[in-house]
Amino acid sequence: MADKRNAYGTDVETTVLGADEIILNMGPQHPSTHGVLRVKLRLDGERVISSECIIGYLHRGVEKIAEHRSYQQFAPYVDRMDYLAAVSNGLGYCEAVEKLLGAEAPPRARVIRTILTELQRIASHLFWLGTHALDIGALTPLFYCLREREEILKIFEKYCGARLTTHAFRIGGLQYEAYDELEKDVERFCNPFDKRVDEYEALLTENRIWTGRTKNVGILTAKEAVDHAASGPVLRASGVKWDIRKAMPYAAYDQYKFEIPTGKNGDTFDRYMVRLEEMRQSRLICLQAIANIPAGPIMARIGKVLKPPPGEVYHAIEAPKGELGYYIVSDGTTQPYRVRIRPPSFVNLEAFDKMIRGHLVADVVAIIGTLDIVLGEVDR
Amino acid sequence: MANDPDEKQPPAPPPGEKPAAKPPAASGEAAPKPPAAAGAAPPKPVAPAAPRPPAAPPAPKEGPVALDNDLVRRYKAKFGDAIREAWTDRKQAILVVALERLGDVALYSRDDEKFDWLSDLTAVDWPKRDKRFDIVLNLYSFEKNERLRIKAHAAADERVPSVQGVWTTANWLEREAYDMFGIIFEGHPDLRRILLPEEWQGFPLRKDYDILTQDTAWVRENLGVESGQ
Repeated sequence: MADKRNAYGTDVETTVLGADEIILNMGPQHPSTHGVLRVKLRLDGERVISSECIIGYLHRGVEKIAEHRSYQQFAPYVDRMDYLAAVSNGLGYCEAVEKLLGAEAPPRARVIRTILTELQRIASHLFWLGTHALDIGALTPLFYCLREREEILKIFEKYCGARLTTHAFRIGGLQYEAYDELEKDVERFCNPFDKRVDEYEALLTENRIWTGRTKNVGILTAKEAVDHAASGPVLRASGVKWDIRKAMPYAAYDQYKFEIPTGKNGDTFDRYMVRLEEMRQSRLICLQAIANIPAGPIMARIGKVLKPPPGEVYHAIEAPKGELGYYIVSDGTTQPYRVRIRPPSFVNLEAFDKMIRGHLVADVVAIIGTLDIVLGEVDR
Repeated sequence: MANDPDEKQPPAPPPGEKPAAKPPAASGEAAPKPPAAAGAAPPKPVAPAAPRPPAAPPAPKEGPVALDNDLVRRYKAKFGDAIREAWTDRKQAILVVALERLGDVALYSRDDEKFDWLSDLTAVDWPKRDKRFDIVLNLYSFEKNERLRIKAHAAADERVPSVQGVWTTANWLEREAYDMFGIIFEGHPDLRRILLPEEWQGFPLRKDYDILTQDTAWVRENLGVESGQ
């Protein structure tokens, strides 16, 4: 405790602790912070007065790395940000560079991209559900969720050989043609999946412990959610019906019918319901997409050496965690002049302090879980 | 303007392009896969037959185009000279505003133009320029379903008005911009490093940041050994 600032941080530094108040340090090696997140909590008994997130343990300087790689070389790096949704990261990056080039992936590639990205959304939400329930004390859902997620990872593995950091897409389209049984595999996964989600619901939705731990916990009103620029399920659970897939369609989303689920109270329970419904909707998108994969090339005709004309672009997609944006500045050379990644986890985590104030210590893990952060993306 | 569902196809492939590898199979069978031209071609259907010069296909229309629409006119009516430039790039609207008016412009954007969602705040370093930093705000309006990018130029020692009071989310985003570029945001309640450790020297995303020197110094000081780099 040589350095007071390091030990306590500013919030505490500037104010005197009350007689009943203590500082509790949580993490960075805490199992339910989903990675290396450290949270400093100022407590009055069991109640959290204020908090501070300390992040950066996984900072790898991805944005700096980008400035020293060619456009194609950087593509695999983005998989390592949100490593639970690598396919989505790749989609955002490839589309951003395509936009910068003025190119567009062919229809077939876009449909296959959509299928894989929606599967990835389901996989990401499954992992979230399993671990979130585990944090709150329900062990069983984890096993069910990982069982289903495994099927999705197997599809990825069959498609491109990798399960997590897939690098599934290329700038301009796809490198790999869909394997022969892709549609069958997706169908085999999707058909019973609706029932599976019902099973999770049977375990949790009306479970007294579950509702007790999630209802009215970590409320974020619509106004606050917008103010904090929360996105994805966090925003929608607060009642803002906004999904980039609908608002500014990319890939092939404009061809499919799906609903945007929203919540009312913006509490942990609503975010749970929104994500469950999103899994159902993603399943519907997958089924619609495999029913009609257009024929044709899977790669646009772009040069081997990519030199986007000078200029800049901001392209955002609806990643499982929220708005994943890429702001890329080109100076006309083969390497990006600047790549800025707008990470949904980072921005959503910013609202954590707002959500936790006044709640109990035990709710900290519920709220971290419900934000669905991945530290690889928070820190980049 | 804005991000756009309706971007036009790239003008790339007209000259004698082969009709998409395979004739669209009789529409009966659902989703026929083109089995990579019946095994003839290797799995990569990329390469066009003749080696084309790597000349970039995008037509010169990509890139900045001056913008003068209602939105820009409203901003100009309100702020006059403080709106320095306006253009679109890849159909996305960009406004450059005077640095000292950034706070006002932000407030006006949120309240009057309904750009109530700050999706991102970042910076770009142009070390050769007089005012080396671009402060970049990416805004979104739920009501209009439109994006707008607001930029301001700042010199290295210039203080940038914080927009944290306008959009709370700017709190961490400005801290990150400070962390990576050393930009001081005036009026930010808690401007500290966020991703890097507090004792870190230098600002990594500046173009003149020398990784090797920094790394050696840090390792020597904090770990007491010589860096292996």
